[in-house]
Amino acid sequence: MNKTKILNPIKMKKIKYILAIITIATFGFVMQAQIISAEKIINKVDDNINSDTQIVVSDMVIHGKRNDRTITSKGYSEGHKKSFTEYLAPAREEGTKMLKLEDRLWIYSPSTDRTIQLSGHMLRQSVMGSDLSYEDMMEDRKLTEMYRSKILSEETLNVRNTWKLELVAKVDDATYYKRMIWVDQERFVPLKEELFAKSGQLLKKTTMSNIEKIDGRWYPKKMNYKDMLKTGEGTDFIVKEIQFNPKIPVEIFSKGSLRK
Amino acid sequence: MKLAIQLAYKNLIGAGLRTWLNVIVLSFAFIIIIFFNALLQGWSNQAKEDGIAWDFGYGHILNRNYDPYDAFTIQDGHDIIPKNLENTTPILIQQGSIYPDGRLVSVLLKGIDTNQDILKIPSAKFKNTTAAIPAIIGKRMAESANLKVGDEVILRWRDKNGVFDASYISIIDVFDTTVPSIDAGQIWLPLEKLQKMTNLQTQATLFVVNKNYQQNTLDNWKFVKQKTLLKDIEDVIATESIGSAVMYLVFLLIALLAIFDTQVLSIFRRQKEIGTYVALGMTRPKVVSLFTIEGTMHSIFAIIVGCMYGVPIFIYLNQSGITMPDFAGSMGIGLDKAIFPVYNPSIILLTILFIILASAIVSYLPARKIARMNPVLALKGKLQ
Repeated sequence: MNKTKILNPIKMKKIKYILAIITIATFGFVMQAQIISAEKIINKVDDNINSDTQIVVSDMVIHGKRNDRTITSKGYSEGHKKSFTEYLAPAREEGTKMLKLEDRLWIYSPSTDRTIQLSGHMLRQSVMGSDLSYEDMMEDRKLTEMYRSKILSEETLNVRNTWKLELVAKVDDATYYKRMIWVDQERFVPLKEELFAKSGQLLKKTTMSNIEKIDGRWYPKKMNYKDMLKTGEGTDFIVKEIQFNPKIPVEIFSKGSLRK
Repeated sequence: MKLAIQLAYKNLIGAGLRTWLNVIVLSFAFIIIIFFNALLQGWSNQAKEDGIAWDFGYGHILNRNYDPYDAFTIQDGHDIIPKNLENTTPILIQQGSIYPDGRLVSVLLKGIDTNQDILKIPSAKFKNTTAAIPAIIGKRMAESANLKVGDEVILRWRDKNGVFDASYISIIDVFDTTVPSIDAGQIWLPLEKLQKMTNLQTQATLFVVNKNYQQNTLDNWKFVKQKTLLKDIEDVIATESIGSAVMYLVFLLIALLAIFDTQVLSIFRRQKEIGTYVALGMTRPKVVSLFTIEGTMHSIFAIIVGCMYGVPIFIYLNQSGITMPDFAGSMGIGLDKAIFPVYNPSIILLTILFIILASAIVSYLPARKIARMNPVLALKGKLQ
């Protein structure tokens, strides 16, 4: 009787321990599964949207208070670290070229026949009066390197089923502390992205639309960038032509190509 | 010489209106030269005094990586505040953007110690506020960003690692200063608050020192003397001086031209008189000097006449000041609502000497012709 009385509390403790371990393990497993899942989604989006090399002809429509301005450009890129853009229209911007090599950015202006390197506060200026800053174009690290991600919920956005992902910075120097991304569950294309400050203030919003299948990939042909602290309709980035993995001559990504 | 002066005086008085017209025009030039110089001196004094009171103090200690003329250096131009640095007040400078009425305005964020008394910036106002992020701005900034006391505006900035942050700031005071370098495009915040916001705890970009500061060598910091800081103001005034000098030299030129013209006319019309002087035994150089003195005496009369109406005007302007238009303060130069001219005795003396010398030269040039005159023909009044 006494033995039973002594053993029962021990058994009870053991059961409690086992339950606790199972709970922690289950919770941990679920969490792990979710981290992997969110990261997998981001990687799949990355694979879908990006390619080793790209050539894009696009229109940038800057919505102003009184009128809109459209700037046409042709951009060449190799990974996230190298890109070269040549502005084709309007006449005022024609011939302006921009070269980005890792963390350095040069702009060539044909009117002055000068090449200047942008750094410091100049990178924070807007690109041709748009809602995009040069700095936004400079970010070249992978999201998975900078952010800890998780799936917050599943939502329907423009009749598409999406995962709502929350990305919180895991490095000290991520430009935006938090990002929210809505990813199409079927096509693995982001449909909306919101960028937040450390304080939680929404800073920028990107909306993707006109999703089309190009070379076997789903690709948003229209993106609207909006600085949420500014009034206005933001800036549209409309893809007119896009080539995935074309062969780009090495000399394109050199300072010499700016003056050609 | 005495005779020449007496004769010159009598001739000038005898010429009547012609003399007085010349004298009045020359006196205008005299008054304008003194007035403009006094105005620039007054402006210079006021700009320097205000610059010292609001911005420069008795010198700045700048971080070695910070160059006030290079915005690129703001990001890295700061360091930990050295210990035992007395008679100074630290200022931290960072960049940010505000969004008044939904438009982006780039600003400099300046953190200042709430207890400082070296500069006139009303930093003590931070003590009596409950606002989460209180801010004070200058009148120019308030006007350009359309902000007033009590307004809240969203501020976006980056911490030391470049991470964006944004929050509303409350405008708790708008100060009125003539010094644009601490006003336009700037927002003043409590130093500790800005240090916390940017993750730059215990750091500063520069220090403003008071008159008791003893200069000593500090690693990573350099001392800039008050005189060096005031050089910008002196350069602006020097540029303005050149601009106004052109204007009053035109006036002076007109006045001197009138004297020159009078002299030419006198010599032409008074040939018989010149012939008589020579016939009576005056040497030609003496006649030349008589005419030169006569011409130069215009300037003496001009100075006397100028003083008669100029001194009361100068005294009045010195007391009431010269009101500047409203837009003057927003032109980027330190202009008060009114400028009080400062009359420098050395400048007045130099102006007097300059006008006398200039009129002596323009009087002498036509008078040289007398030396070449034939006295017989001159007596006959024949044209030569």
